[in-house]
Amino acid sequence: MPFRLLKFGLEKEYSEPRMFRSPAELRDSYDVVIIGGGAHGLAAAHYLAAEHGIHDVAVLEQRYIGHGGTGRNTAIIRSNYLTEEGARFYQFSVDLYRDLARSLDFNLFYSERGHFTLAHTPASLRTQRWRAEVNKHLGIDSEVVGPEFIKKKIPEIDLNCGGHQPPIVGALFHPPGAIARHDAVAWAYARGADQGGAEIHQRTTVSDIEVVDGRVAGVHTDRGFIKTRKVISAVAGWTTSIQRMVGLRTPLVVHPLQAMVTEPFKPWLDAIVVSASLHTYVSQSSRGELVTGASLDPYELISMRSTLDFAEGLAGHMLDLFPFLGDVKVLRQWAGLCDMTPDFSPIMGTTPIEGFYIDAGWGTWGFKASPVCGYTMAHTVATGEDHPLIRAFNVSRFGAFDLVGEKGAASVGH
Amino acid sequence: MKILHCPINGPRPIQEFSFGGAVRPMPDPQQVDDEAWADYVFNRDGEQGIQREWWYHIASNTWFIAERNITSDQFIRTYLWNGEEAS
Repeated sequence: MPFRLLKFGLEKEYSEPRMFRSPAELRDSYDVVIIGGGAHGLAAAHYLAAEHGIHDVAVLEQRYIGHGGTGRNTAIIRSNYLTEEGARFYQFSVDLYRDLARSLDFNLFYSERGHFTLAHTPASLRTQRWRAEVNKHLGIDSEVVGPEFIKKKIPEIDLNCGGHQPPIVGALFHPPGAIARHDAVAWAYARGADQGGAEIHQRTTVSDIEVVDGRVAGVHTDRGFIKTRKVISAVAGWTTSIQRMVGLRTPLVVHPLQAMVTEPFKPWLDAIVVSASLHTYVSQSSRGELVTGASLDPYELISMRSTLDFAEGLAGHMLDLFPFLGDVKVLRQWAGLCDMTPDFSPIMGTTPIEGFYIDAGWGTWGFKASPVCGYTMAHTVATGEDHPLIRAFNVSRFGAFDLVGEKGAASVGH
Repeated sequence: MKILHCPINGPRPIQEFSFGGAVRPMPDPQQVDDEAWADYVFNRDGEQGIQREWWYHIASNTWFIAERNITSDQFIRTYLWNGEEAS
């Protein structure tokens, strides 16, 4: 055993540097309170300090940072969305991600792999072509490719899906598609926020939000009352509990989304492979595990339980694409909460309640949006006006029948 | 395997069923303003706890009501729609 490790084990106090402080007490008031210590909330805290000089910020997290969607996604980052609003928004996020390891001085294992969205039917290919044209128009690297190209890039794939599924007739290829280490994104933003002056309070549950004359006056927590005039709700799957506290109504319904990883093995899969028809996506992590996910659970549930049905279904589809994986063992299975909107776009920005800012509706596309969400929400809170990139995502769009139908989302079959 | 009790066919595996969303009373579209209608069309409660919802037994073409705890995924009871006004 190395001497340093032995010495460390015998020490009474934790002597290594921490990513962020853990203040013992909540203060009586903060300029901004952020509910939810995931990548979105922590990024907002970071950008509030770094871009807008707002340092008096508390991030309240009911469990530990990254306990929710941040640590439960399949870590895919891409911007080949279908709507102009969506594609611009996610491209900005990709731009921030590419520079994030440097700007936060933290290794995020950001790895550009190339992203294939497989098409099994002419109808699916038509949607891919549509997406490619929207993407190219906006300067996003995106192209429809044929089966030969797919086979050349991914030699292990079975283009005929063993005869169990319609054969692969093409794909949308997005070269900048990347994966990153999601825990590191939460830690990096937490450290950035902490260095910017924000306080991160873990194991702090918000029980109510005080609203007086239509504006936010404070937040009740299990550790006491905090006076504040600005609250960001960045709790994704728990939004339906928070919105009730301020009397806001939204279309959000929560479904679990499950994922699993296999045992690690030698690198063989460079690309990120998604089959919209089979509802399967797979990439190989830097540890060698295959990280795989599927579609939402078929009914509403605010619980992070796993099911055998899911593992069986996903494994079946994996074998359709990669038959040689038959002997590979599943190492881990888990679920995250997806707060879904009817148009598959998020709900962001100002609300009818003055001082209450919402960052929700992140089912299946939240991780890739973390940097741009933090950036635009910080702007919105600092200026009081929605950032131009998120104007289309305001909660008022439902009352105005002005939805943003995002069929490029992972949970949409096409 | 999760079992759901169909009021017609008894206990059946959950894969035989389709989820139809929460039971929500529809306002008369002629009587309400655009705001109230949009609220009905889009907004949901989606809160933790017990929800009354529509379920459909696919094989026998049966729609029915289930009361389910959407936090713990426990079905409290299921019964056929009896024309009652949804509360």
